[in-house]
Amino acid sequence: MNYLIAFLIVGFVFSAVMTFMYLLLWMERKQSAVMQDRIGANRATFFGLPTMMGLWHNIADGIKLITKEDFIPPLGNRFLHTISPMIALFFALISFAVIPFGGVYSLWGYTVSFQILHLNVGLLYVFAVMSMGIYGFVLSGWASANNYALLGGMRASGQMISYEITMGATVIGLLMIYGTLDLQQINVAQGELWGGWLPLWGVLLQPLGFILFFTAAMAETKRVPFDIPEGESEIVGYFMEYSGMKFAMFWQSDFIETILAASLVTTLFFGGWQVPFLTADGFHFPWGSVWNLPTLVVMVLQVGAFLGKVFFFCFLLMLIRWTLPRFRWDQLMKLGWTIMLPLSIINILVTGLVLVLLKG
Amino acid sequence: MAIKKVVETGLWERSYVPEIIRGMALTAGHFFRNMALHTAHVFGLAKDRRGSATYQFPEERRPLAPRLRTLHRLTRREDGSPRCVACMMCETVCPARCIYIVAGEHPNPQIEKYPVRFDIDLGLCVMCGYCVEACPEDAIRMDTGIVEFSSYTREGMIYDLKKLLSLSPTPKRSVPASARPEDLPQLTEPQA
Repeated sequence: MNYLIAFLIVGFVFSAVMTFMYLLLWMERKQSAVMQDRIGANRATFFGLPTMMGLWHNIADGIKLITKEDFIPPLGNRFLHTISPMIALFFALISFAVIPFGGVYSLWGYTVSFQILHLNVGLLYVFAVMSMGIYGFVLSGWASANNYALLGGMRASGQMISYEITMGATVIGLLMIYGTLDLQQINVAQGELWGGWLPLWGVLLQPLGFILFFTAAMAETKRVPFDIPEGESEIVGYFMEYSGMKFAMFWQSDFIETILAASLVTTLFFGGWQVPFLTADGFHFPWGSVWNLPTLVVMVLQVGAFLGKVFFFCFLLMLIRWTLPRFRWDQLMKLGWTIMLPLSIINILVTGLVLVLLKG
Repeated sequence: MAIKKVVETGLWERSYVPEIIRGMALTAGHFFRNMALHTAHVFGLAKDRRGSATYQFPEERRPLAPRLRTLHRLTRREDGSPRCVACMMCETVCPARCIYIVAGEHPNPQIEKYPVRFDIDLGLCVMCGYCVEACPEDAIRMDTGIVEFSSYTREGMIYDLKKLLSLSPTPKRSVPASARPEDLPQLTEPQA
């Protein structure tokens, strides 16, 4: 039975992520359209069914990409060329194993944990897996036997390594406060109330850390304004020699990384699955009233809260993606190394000082 | 000569964040305004305010400017025959040389001539409207409002007298059969 629950949770997380990815593709089209006073793709139908505000366009894309020729450059490395999109997609998907989609609930005598893998080094695991994902992008550039693709792969590795340092340094402030790398425990700790009414979410403790982490996470997703590795409008990046479903896998891994960035920001800074004043047995409002709820309702509310927050951050990332122009390469490096890294180190120092003064 | 542009940026602009938030407020403002309008349209409200700047073309057409030059038409007399007197003014003034007229003798001595053939090759036409300006009889106009005339063949782009006349409404009252354009004496085309 425990195995069945574990399988169901894996299925839930996988389908949630894949459905989110599918919806993001639609959102990307429609949100950008509405932002720019347009309507967006709305013509595709499926056997005369209603157009569903353009949802069928995703299926049309899928059919087109599957039936397209899968071209491997004759001078390229066949094996690496085939395996690199798989590496990119695999490591993007596998990072969700430690993201807590909900808390731990006991239902009808069974323990249901909405986290596939309860690791006490969950955050390190996410960073490790995200760094492994770079291999997919570098290898794709290398295996294409194309100088432009190689340069794109080098840009991707340069950008991702630069911003991962900032990302890692930013999180240290949070680790000092919560004293754990376990994402589930970080989420539980964010349920505490300050002064009895203000939920102590990470963003209140680390506002600078939030801005830095959000920017670095956006850079990790390789989307505008940090889309120099891809540069799909003109310079063309590492996936230049890819077509069909292999290209689509890179593109899916980008969307999944967007979801990952949104869920990491949610988990670390916005309380994860925490709903303000909602504990395991119901709402405990600061003015003293208590509203008891069954565990199942609490579970649905908390998982729903997590998905809602992730959706909000996906929306925000899309909003930024369709508002800002792209950075130049030198601006990107300058921002990463001379502004964000020093700021994140200052953040660590200030956090440490405050912690010493408060506790020492 | 290089133009040196000095853009004053203070610490406020260079710290990125407030300016980014300002930009995002603008785009988000557009998003939520348009979303609210689209949602209102679903419930049949606020139909007079558009949620988008674009037109959904085949179903919805942009209003044309009243002075826009569109597909030509030949106007008719009260009896339905063309007003054209085959004076060749339009053919002469046409910079694209896309008009081809063959004149015939009209039975009415006051009219003298009428066009046996009046072809416009719209594949050559530059829509300059000189023919309309040149016409002394107000026989050719470019006010049909038709902007989608296309064809798979070059021949299909040549509009003849009948086609151009058919774009003008036929007068309501009955006219003697002999005055209709197709009943006028047909001339054989002069050999080149």
